[in-house]
Amino acid sequence: MAPEDRLEIWVSRAGWTLAVVVALAAPLSMNGYHLYQATQVLIYMIALIGLNLLTGYNGQISLGHGAFFAIGGYGAAILSSRFGLPFWAAIPLASSVCFVAGFLFGFPALKLGGLYLALATFALAVAAPQILSYKGFDAWTGGAQGLQIVKLQAPAWTHLDPDQWIFVVALAAAALLVWVALNLVRGRIGRALVAIRDHGLAAETMGVDAALYKTTAFGVSALYAGVAGGLSAFAVGFVSPESFGLALSLAFLVGVVVGGLASVGGAIFGALFIEFVPNYADRLSMQFGESAKALPGAIYGLLLIAIMGIAPAGVAGLARALVRRASRLSL
Amino acid sequence: MTTRRTFLKTGAAAATILAAGGLRARAENAPGITATEIKIGQTMPYSGPASAYGVIGKVETAYFKMLNEQGGINGRKLNLISLDDGYSPPKAVEQVRRLVEQEGVAFFFNTLGTPSNAAIRQYLNDAKIPQLFVSTGSSLFADPAHFKWTVGYNPSYVTEAHIFAKHILTTKPGAKIALLYQNDGFGKDYQSGLKAALGANASQIVGEASYETSEPTVDSQVVTLQGSGADVLVIAATPKWAAQAIRKSYDLGWDATRYVSNVSISIATVLKPAGLEKSKGVITGNYGKDVTDPKFKDDAGVAQWKAFCDKYLSGSEFADLNASYGFSAAQTMAQAIKQCGDDLSRDNILAQATNIKDLALPMLLPGITLNTSPTNYNPIRQLQLSRFNGESWELFGALLTD
Repeated sequence: MAPEDRLEIWVSRAGWTLAVVVALAAPLSMNGYHLYQATQVLIYMIALIGLNLLTGYNGQISLGHGAFFAIGGYGAAILSSRFGLPFWAAIPLASSVCFVAGFLFGFPALKLGGLYLALATFALAVAAPQILSYKGFDAWTGGAQGLQIVKLQAPAWTHLDPDQWIFVVALAAAALLVWVALNLVRGRIGRALVAIRDHGLAAETMGVDAALYKTTAFGVSALYAGVAGGLSAFAVGFVSPESFGLALSLAFLVGVVVGGLASVGGAIFGALFIEFVPNYADRLSMQFGESAKALPGAIYGLLLIAIMGIAPAGVAGLARALVRRASRLSL
Repeated sequence: MTTRRTFLKTGAAAATILAAGGLRARAENAPGITATEIKIGQTMPYSGPASAYGVIGKVETAYFKMLNEQGGINGRKLNLISLDDGYSPPKAVEQVRRLVEQEGVAFFFNTLGTPSNAAIRQYLNDAKIPQLFVSTGSSLFADPAHFKWTVGYNPSYVTEAHIFAKHILTTKPGAKIALLYQNDGFGKDYQSGLKAALGANASQIVGEASYETSEPTVDSQVVTLQGSGADVLVIAATPKWAAQAIRKSYDLGWDATRYVSNVSISIATVLKPAGLEKSKGVITGNYGKDVTDPKFKDDAGVAQWKAFCDKYLSGSEFADLNASYGFSAAQTMAQAIKQCGDDLSRDNILAQATNIKDLALPMLLPGITLNTSPTNYNPIRQLQLSRFNGESWELFGALLTD
């Protein structure tokens, strides 16, 4: 093993350890508002890892993951508010529905490559809010009014308040899903996914069942989005068609690219970006006076361009490049 | 030595002191109130699909700035912290929590949008933080029995439907009514409001048709409604579909009295596309002054609004109905704060916001006044009917009260 590879693995392990320590310290040291934000970051991170499995590793672009996020959110909300299911049953059930939906959507996706697939999934994102407010589903979805969900209460023995509890739940889900994703991409399946992305025909001649891998990748990716959506429904305590607009799907793609394609760890940075940069842009624009209310969009855009200029392969790519350079210098 | 028991005892004692402090704090001023400042929170869709409403927050911020230059209210300056929620409920929850837990605002004012307000309502009511004069016409937000801390502002769609029903019953008893409505919260408020106000006469509704905002036209719905034999058509539709319904009903030669919802009264975006000649005779209910109406050319209230726009805004807001709405809402808020005097506890802020009596405002139509009470969370319950004469809206008849 080359020394720079060893260093890279070491840095990656240190990074994950640091992330876990920070995450475990969070519920003790943060107040409700910051914990809510931290929970949002974990939720986005789960969705981004899912999208990255599909887009980064398997090369299928999806602009419609907001729709799977919505199925997870509404599914969990309906199961908990209409059927009284606890969250630990509602979220896995709702995300299984997402897996099926994603798997089925994977079939038409087989026929559509590149930009055409991007457009088809884009349609999914556009349609989701309208389908959610469709009158035929009112009895289930609450129509345009949305659905309220009772706040999660922590079991008494934990002595946690609701904000801490939902954070712990999201953290556990994120840890499990990160572990699953790392095992997926580091093994035979990951190599098959990447091989299909890089050269589909060559992969098939090597005996990879491209159709099965691609549809399953879609299903697993949708499942991740569904878990994130379900957690989000419980964290916010409310779902409505406006919660899952087009902007959400686009934010996911931005997050994946900023974090770094084909990187599980990069999702943390992508999630931090889509959670905090819009707020930061809003605050920065206030420096320009009250009439500058149109500025946040422009500042957000400039920051995005700047990051893409500095780190074209995302934050994860930048980190990897820095580690390589450092190891070469030390030799 | 600290044993587990003494530790618990100290904890219990501390908790008692905290609780007692909490009780005493009730009569004290709310968080965010100092001797010189009142901190107010707000979320607005400055970005996203509803960003056209962002101007409301801008006008309100500017209005409070003007008050501050004049010395504030009862010696305190108003600090409105207005944050972007992009019309997304999860973002609205996040921003509201920031405003409560980080900025420490005393209360919320005119937060915009049905979904955002629905998402934050439970949190604010649990924490007993006033959510005042919310910017939506949904009937959800005037429910003092369940959500004591949430007070409405816009005349609700239900109010509007009630008033139309009253007018139909008095001017055309025995009328056969057809209703076209948008299939969402807005349209359904209208449907239920109309039926409730008709009461025993609800059977006079001979035809109902709904449409989805994804449908390209409502022509077939209008044809169906004409077939029901109705002689009154109530159009509870947003601009694009209202224009289609107005035009189609005219083209069919259907001689019905047409009522159109207040959200679709813009001459530029509804009546011109429908055809000005074809729009003649359409009736609506109104409460604000339209500055393009020649009748208000020399109106004192409009002059005041114009002067404010020129000095504190870019001037382009003058003809924007959303902007003048923000002007009125900010004045309503200022009135409630004025009434609070020196007692700025959250209880008293809510008490005063629900104790507004006969407040007339420069940009509301003459005769329209705002009233609230602990059981009435809909400040605007009057509308002035007006009829389109082919050029402009003509006010007619007396003010109607719900």
